[in-house]
Amino acid sequence: MLKSRVIPVLLLKNNGLVKTIAFNKSKYLGDPINAIKIFNDKQVDELIFLDIQASKEDRTPDFELVKKIASECFMPLAYGGGISRVEHIQKLFSIGVEKIIINSAVLENQSLISEAAEIFGNQSIVVCIDVKKNFWGKNQIFCHVNNKTIDLDVLEHAISCQNAGAGEIMINSVDRDGIMKGFDLELIAKISSGISIPLIVCGGAGSIEDFKNAKDRGASGIAAGSFFVYHGPHKAVLISYPSPETLEEYLS
Amino acid sequence: MEDVVIIDYGMGNLGSISNILKKIGYSSTITNDLQIINNAKKLILPGVGKFDKAISNLESLHLIDLIRSKSSRGTPILGICLGMQLLAKSSEEGVLPGLGLIDGRVLKFSNDDDLKVPHMGWNLLKYNSNCPLYLNFDILKEVKFYFVHSYYFEAENPMYIASESNYGISFSSSVWKDNVYGVQFHPEKSHKFGMMLLKNFMNIPC
Repeated sequence: MLKSRVIPVLLLKNNGLVKTIAFNKSKYLGDPINAIKIFNDKQVDELIFLDIQASKEDRTPDFELVKKIASECFMPLAYGGGISRVEHIQKLFSIGVEKIIINSAVLENQSLISEAAEIFGNQSIVVCIDVKKNFWGKNQIFCHVNNKTIDLDVLEHAISCQNAGAGEIMINSVDRDGIMKGFDLELIAKISSGISIPLIVCGGAGSIEDFKNAKDRGASGIAAGSFFVYHGPHKAVLISYPSPETLEEYLS
Repeated sequence: MEDVVIIDYGMGNLGSISNILKKIGYSSTITNDLQIINNAKKLILPGVGKFDKAISNLESLHLIDLIRSKSSRGTPILGICLGMQLLAKSSEEGVLPGLGLIDGRVLKFSNDDDLKVPHMGWNLLKYNSNCPLYLNFDILKEVKFYFVHSYYFEAENPMYIASESNYGISFSSSVWKDNVYGVQFHPEKSHKFGMMLLKNFMNIPC
């Protein structure tokens, strides 16, 4: 029953779909609604949408766009980007989002997590932590809003978010974003063994073997961007998703 | 005339229901217009939110008697999530009476056994293959749907149970009595499984 979930992560910028490399160099891929329609046909069990501009621009989620997206999703939808208040979360659930993802709003203070978990239940609250290695190879938490790393231990932060009421932790490796050379397995093993809630991992997936490696290190959810939107050595834009048989073979 | 009417009483985003119906080839109208609902060949009663709020919204739109009358006239009705719970006689979540179209009551999952409430995620179904909603499901290796709920339907008569799922306890994940159906899960968020179930509902003769 508890097969690892395989989750495409789609990034929104100026109403369009983009893919980044190391949180930079965003490349326009196309229209988000078209992408959802393709993922509907592929019977994807879950989708993640992240608006990578909202918090940077200090604005709320684009509720109209999210509503359009939710209406097209024939699978549960998790949304992140620009969420800083309980009212945003309330509104997102009312327009058809199943889970919300908080990141920069809880770096310093986790009270939004506990407030939200109290009202909506912890299953629907995901905390995403962006992780970047410093010059000496030490993992640091990265804040994409001001482009700075924060002197906070990744595992300690994950645990305090868990204790505040998060239902899932998502770890996103900044340096591996868009590189497609594999997940940070050491980090996955460390975080998954240190928390008791499900861990979603993102950043680096380039092959189905990478999924298996992440699963073997304790990831419950395996998320990826490039893997699902690019094809071939020249990274042509082509949306794909492994067949149920392939997923069964590698992840059961 | 549209194939099916989705009742809009202000509880949640109904877009994904009409979109998934369109995907499998059926047109739908989202409305609370009494005339259109009265003439509907099929009805879907969706809903996300609180029981009492839902009942009082239906009441103020004069929809309670109309839905009951449609049910007694044999119109196939499908309640989804909260819409299923509204079919019961009562709910622990509120004090107002339900529609009472399927004898049963709605209970809250207990927080014992470290059970996380709401029950949220994909879960398996053990279904009654005589129920028209599950026609042709036997060819599938596993049958799973997406759930988000804190309350569950307890049918008074096991005859009304169309499927059971397990979440700490076994509960009715769908119910069925004559032309009235209720599903606790979200077919509109359960891709191919949801499409199959909705297609079956749409194929029920009216």
